[in-house]
Amino acid sequence: MRSTRTIAVAVLIAAEIAASPLSATEILQAQRRSGYSFMAPDTQAIQNDDTANPGMLSVLDGEVLWKSKTGAAGKACADCHDDARTSMKGVAARYPAFDKALGRPVNLEQRINLCRVQNQQATPLAYESRDLLALTAFVAQQSHNAAISTDVDPQLEPFLARGRDLFMQRQGQLNLGCTNCHDDSWDKRLAGSAITQGHPTGYPLYRLEWQSLGSLQRRLRSCISGVRAQAYDYGAPELVELELYLMSRARGMPMETPAVRP
Amino acid sequence: MASALINVPNKARRGEIIEIKTLMSHIMETGYRHTATGEVVPRDIITSFVCRYNGVEIFRADLFPAIAANPFITFFTVATESGKFDFEWTGDKGFTETASASILVE
Repeated sequence: MRSTRTIAVAVLIAAEIAASPLSATEILQAQRRSGYSFMAPDTQAIQNDDTANPGMLSVLDGEVLWKSKTGAAGKACADCHDDARTSMKGVAARYPAFDKALGRPVNLEQRINLCRVQNQQATPLAYESRDLLALTAFVAQQSHNAAISTDVDPQLEPFLARGRDLFMQRQGQLNLGCTNCHDDSWDKRLAGSAITQGHPTGYPLYRLEWQSLGSLQRRLRSCISGVRAQAYDYGAPELVELELYLMSRARGMPMETPAVRP
Repeated sequence: MASALINVPNKARRGEIIEIKTLMSHIMETGYRHTATGEVVPRDIITSFVCRYNGVEIFRADLFPAIAANPFITFFTVATESGKFDFEWTGDKGFTETASASILVE
């Protein structure tokens, strides 16, 4: 029911967007707003209070995992990285980052799994699994309030450009690009909900709709399905490139992990 | 695994009204959903929450399938004496969790 209604409204908005002679215009620095500022005061209050924010449950789980030994090497994250409060401070604000061995950018979840496989000799955790979300949330929370500074590495340029192209590219049966909503229509509403500017400041975050924590890729995949395009698989290079562009677009904005969204 | 987040003031004046906030980790599966193959996902919810202040029950709530995952329960009480708050959640599939917090009343 809900998705039918959402799609019906999306079609109306799509028709409106297709009819207006707009060209993609990037948001001015002074006009950038976190998704937080679009939320009702009640929802903001959940994020503001660490004892009311359900995302903090995952952060606490992640702290336990950080200290527990796993894999054939019998090592915990903490055995190499010590106290995450110092070693992981600001790290998530720089991801996705270029991985020399792979020759491409990896996001934070992929970095955690690479570390698990290479250094702990453990099996990689599945995308959106409770443990991977918890570890990612714990690591990213150490960057709370840090300014996003992802795209300083010149090696990332071609990937960043591809991410930007994907953001601008119209796709799916509704023939919409990310930019048509999140650059051009962020002051409008879709099915009663605010269309935000799409800045990924608080991932992994707790969505009330999901009733759980979820990654940026989960959010991107549901947005791509929303325009009735075929979503990329979790971990696909295209999604990492899109993450990279979104983070560079949000450059300088403070991290909010674990954020709460409606 | 961490399961509860409790927020009780450390200190209060005698007779002061204090707010207690509790957040419990739980999926709260309603029992009304079906899998892709049509089987019912069995109900798995918290059914009861109790708070005791120095052993005396001061707050109780029954929970139902319409309550969202990770129930957040907040309520007020009067700080009468120093001591301990004990919290207890019980639910389906033998679920039971406890937590406690102490308070200094001056």
